[in-house]
Amino acid sequence: MRTLIEVQNLKKHYQRGTETVKALDGIDFAIKSGEVVSVVGPSGSGKTTLMNLISCLDVASAGNLFINGQNVTKFKEKQLIKIRRENIGFIFQKFYLIPSLTVKENIELPLIFAKKDFDEKKTQTVMATVGLQQKDDIRVNMLSGGDKQRVAIARALMNDPQLLIADEPTGKLETQVRDSILLLFEELSRKGLAIFIATHDLDLAEKTHRIIHLQDGRIIPKVESSLY
Amino acid sequence: MRLLKIAYKNLKRKKIRSLLTIGGVSVAVAVLVSLLGFNSGYQLALNNDVDKMGYQVLVTAKGCPYEAATLMLKGGGGMRYMEENVYNRIVQDERIDQITPQLMTTVYNAGKEGGGGFTMYMGILDSYLVLKPWSKFESGSWFSSEDADEVIIGYEAAELEQREVGDMIFIPGKEQILKVVGIFERTGTQDDGVIFMPLKSTQRIFELPNQITGIGIKLKKLSDLMQFEEDLYDEASIQVISMAQVKGTIMGLISSAQILVTSVAIIAIFVAIVGVINTILMSVFERTQEIGVMKAIGASNLDIFQLIWYETIFICLIGGVLGSVMAVLAGNLVEYFVKALLPYAPAGKLIYIDAKLILSTQIGAVVLGLISGVYPAFRAANMRPIEAIRSGE
Repeated sequence: MRTLIEVQNLKKHYQRGTETVKALDGIDFAIKSGEVVSVVGPSGSGKTTLMNLISCLDVASAGNLFINGQNVTKFKEKQLIKIRRENIGFIFQKFYLIPSLTVKENIELPLIFAKKDFDEKKTQTVMATVGLQQKDDIRVNMLSGGDKQRVAIARALMNDPQLLIADEPTGKLETQVRDSILLLFEELSRKGLAIFIATHDLDLAEKTHRIIHLQDGRIIPKVESSLY
Repeated sequence: MRLLKIAYKNLKRKKIRSLLTIGGVSVAVAVLVSLLGFNSGYQLALNNDVDKMGYQVLVTAKGCPYEAATLMLKGGGGMRYMEENVYNRIVQDERIDQITPQLMTTVYNAGKEGGGGFTMYMGILDSYLVLKPWSKFESGSWFSSEDADEVIIGYEAAELEQREVGDMIFIPGKEQILKVVGIFERTGTQDDGVIFMPLKSTQRIFELPNQITGIGIKLKKLSDLMQFEEDLYDEASIQVISMAQVKGTIMGLISSAQILVTSVAIIAIFVAIVGVINTILMSVFERTQEIGVMKAIGASNLDIFQLIWYETIFICLIGGVLGSVMAVLAGNLVEYFVKALLPYAPAGKLIYIDAKLILSTQIGAVVLGLISGVYPAFRAANMRPIEAIRSGE
């Protein structure tokens, strides 16, 4: 398995009045393709900041972040957009689908922004992968929470990303639905997709290949679960 | 194209808000189309009315020249009279190509449709038809003699009075019965509502011996017009009105009203722009997280700018189309009110809306959309994805 993400002494500091907040204070780790990694930690530990940096939605104050061997820490916004389009798929706790569009239209949205032609066969394959067959023309606001998350996963997969970033992907779902989403993640990882999950849910984290424990912006051996 | 579809669907999310904004744009466009249509329509109708008088110069008795010209154009009471001798003197001038005297008078007819009204009578000579070659007979023919108790009726007057050739008409107050010998074809001018009589009969029946109200003159050379007018200034009892001046003066009077209406249209457009900006801006703020997610999944600033811009263009374009349709459909109603309000309204359509006007209005509506959309689109395009996504949390 090749290294997809490499984080070296990554820092994110910012000013809040006179105080310097160290949201991330020098962390190192790597994610290989096909690996499912979760990051856990109490609120304010730096999970979201780390996720935003790896997603190329934010820029680090110091350190290096390599995605597919490219150091993206000095990239400009246009280059970061390209990295996001070509390498990363996003899944959010609140799904963030476009309510006026149908299931299929939501799933095909990344193709529009990537200026790629629609490929019906591919769309159907992705929909089948996440279990959304025959639901093409249903408006997303008519779907259950589980199906909405499946649409979000399908949307994240449309541009053939190498890394899936999921922020509390099962946070709003019932246990049975949550388990089916986890099975889906396992299946995707077997196909070589790296998955990076930020969560408070230790049960979910324990089902991933590796857990990164964060506290006060640093990686620690393990966080007491009572802190979550 | 695919962004256009998303933009269109976005507008459908808040149907009532979108419809109200489109309504605002429609009203502004309808006012603008009606105003521009009135601008060209009024000018065309006035030109038609004045040109179809058939002469370049009108000689009337001393008084307000424009009042006289307006009375000649639209008819009505209060005409001033001058001696027929004036005509006999002027007719000798070699510069004249055609000349015709007229005696116009009105009679109140209590039995007229719509609760009574004035009927216009005009005494003419056969030279009248030479000056107005487009005046053709629908039926019948010219008077049998210069002093016959006969009338030729304008097309609309004949319809209104329900008269045909051979019928008799009665002049209220004059106890006079006249025979209808002809009916003119429709000319689209005020002449359509006039009852024509031989000049001498008119003078006799209305007890105006040797009196006329106007002399219409067409010169051989238009370049002689100024000198001709100057020469006639020596006649103490008359005044000379060039029809070009009449056109200019009436258009001048109308332009004051147009400035007022234009101001209203500009305010309506300004209000529409503010309405569109407000609607789109609200929509952008409500969709902040959605825009953040779009940027996260690969949308560039330009993609977001275009998406929001398309939404404003849609609103303005739909508003433009509806506004134009409203202007066309309500044209007759507006025209009815305009005709009732204006001191002088030429015959024919006053609001002239053609394909060119509609097309330029649609282009204007798109430009309105482009302008209105810039700020909301710029705000949306420049949102930072993380902050946008976090904004609702």
